[in-house]
Amino acid sequence: MNRLVMALIVIVGVPAVMVGYVALIEWIVGKFPFRTRGRIRPWLWIAPMVSILLVYLVYPTINTIYLSFFNADSSQYVGLANYQYVFTNSAMLDSMKNNVLWLILLTGLTVTFGLLFAVLFDRVSYEAVAKAFVFLPMAISFVAAGVIWKLMYDYQPPAHAQTGTLNAIVTLFGGQPIAWLVNRTTNNPALIWVGIWVWTGFAMVILSAGLKGIPSEIIDAARVDGATEWQILRFVTVPMMGSTIAVVATTMVIFALKAFDIVYVMTNGNFGTDVVANRMYKEMFNFTNFGRASAIAVILLIAIVPVMLFNIRRFREQEAIR
Amino acid sequence: MNHTIEQESKAARNEMLAENGRSTSARLLKFLQRTPIHLVIVLIAVIWMLPTVGLLVSSFRPAHLVATTGWWTAFQTPFQFTLDLYREAISANGMGQSFINSLFIAIPATVIPIMIAAFAAYAFAWMEFPGRDLLFVAVVGLLVVPLQASLIPVLKIYNRLGLTGTFLGIWLAHTGFGLPFAVYLLRNFFGSLPRDMFDSAYLDGATAFTAFFRLVLPLSIPAIASLVIFQFMWVWNDLLVALIFLGGYPDVAPMTVTISNLVNSLGGGWQLLTAAAFISMMLPLLIFFTLQRYFVRGILAGSVKG
Repeated sequence: MNRLVMALIVIVGVPAVMVGYVALIEWIVGKFPFRTRGRIRPWLWIAPMVSILLVYLVYPTINTIYLSFFNADSSQYVGLANYQYVFTNSAMLDSMKNNVLWLILLTGLTVTFGLLFAVLFDRVSYEAVAKAFVFLPMAISFVAAGVIWKLMYDYQPPAHAQTGTLNAIVTLFGGQPIAWLVNRTTNNPALIWVGIWVWTGFAMVILSAGLKGIPSEIIDAARVDGATEWQILRFVTVPMMGSTIAVVATTMVIFALKAFDIVYVMTNGNFGTDVVANRMYKEMFNFTNFGRASAIAVILLIAIVPVMLFNIRRFREQEAIR
Repeated sequence: MNHTIEQESKAARNEMLAENGRSTSARLLKFLQRTPIHLVIVLIAVIWMLPTVGLLVSSFRPAHLVATTGWWTAFQTPFQFTLDLYREAISANGMGQSFINSLFIAIPATVIPIMIAAFAAYAFAWMEFPGRDLLFVAVVGLLVVPLQASLIPVLKIYNRLGLTGTFLGIWLAHTGFGLPFAVYLLRNFFGSLPRDMFDSAYLDGATAFTAFFRLVLPLSIPAIASLVIFQFMWVWNDLLVALIFLGGYPDVAPMTVTISNLVNSLGGGWQLLTAAAFISMMLPLLIFFTLQRYFVRGILAGSVKG
């Protein structure tokens, strides 16, 4: 019964409230003299957006910065102690190192694979099908991807039959099974690979669109001049796709910095795989230390500020062209 | 001069002949010459699909076999396929309830931000007001603000108001985090609609209300469809926001939270989760296969979102 009421609210109530809001504000606007309507109307139309953004993004971000200078339950000012902890605590330093590894591997490999696949698939008639295979993981949540890859990385002692696909292949070729998610040299790359598996399709489709934007005359001219396929890729295609690659790379940088779900589900940061976002979650809920958690959030924010400025500049340039 | 023309016409004739001959053997030859590239592409496709196929096959096997043998052995006789893991996931592990919770969370968390964004985008694109451009640049800036930066203060507010563990709380949270991107996308699309259309509509006596619901929204269906798919997938697949605001309340938890809790609590028995994971993937995969064009467009447009 309760569910039925909820379903009704979800399907009928919520849209009704949305349409009702516009009807209400237009009724209010209609009460004003004709001349002032144009001055009031825009503010009423953007009011819901402005209030939600203030409550959910602007105020909380400022408040987080403020809380990062306070103790665990925000009752006492502690100066820079939380930041000092973040930059000296060994667990924190390890997780930051892991994030740097995520940043390098995730960004580097998704862009590389995305570009290679785009160029390769461009040459065959079944391009759309090939792309769909690589793009499919984008539909899967990181949680489900975590379960999928736990199955791939599964480990059984050497005497037993291997249940993990990867170890079955390794033992088939006479190797020893590897505990991919426990072994400290393989576990971080193994986790990052899950991210690469999910995000390569995204990079590929954007880079493929950029690739199709290069005039074929330029490629043909290079070919006539005797350039090999590799040289064309290296000296013509990649330089001409600079801005597209930059867009993909910045998106990947943001995702690498905020990496959370995969680590939380697959290892929960054990065996030296922790990342900054998971540390923040632990400080929040396992240790209920809002001061330290806030300081970690502020560091993430600062790391992303350059991307924000880059986006704003790019947006301004686009608007200038319009 | 004559010489070159003759050569050219010869070349053209050869090409025509080649065109005719290509129907059978020449085409086959060309295909064979390019075998390496086809092999590489097939290899890539297999590598990318194998993990998902492994999960799918495992989810239809008996639990004790999933735990002791590899999924590829399922194709040896005697075949042993069963729906036991699905039954277990839906009844014992609460995936049925979680599936409904995911729907209850994702539908309003898609409708609310897109409607609010559409109101604002309409004002940004077609109304004049002081500070309009500056306000929009602020929205572009907010696009990439990591949601981690707002979790703690919002959680504090929610705890005070009793919104933690409620659907309303998570709808509004997703609205806040998804709004900048929705406003950004819709404003750019609304702005590209022809101005004449609005002028003539207003001349015919249309109000802002009718212009919005009968002109702007219907004409923007492609953009809105992409946005709906993007936001829906974002919310459906989200773990962090749900974990923070609904984490301690199993009766309202979406599938992502339920699965990740089971991964931790089952420990060695996590293989039982193959069916649960596949249940959570069904709807996104259905959308992917039926609405692929909008799906891809929606994801691509999201390349600026943090």
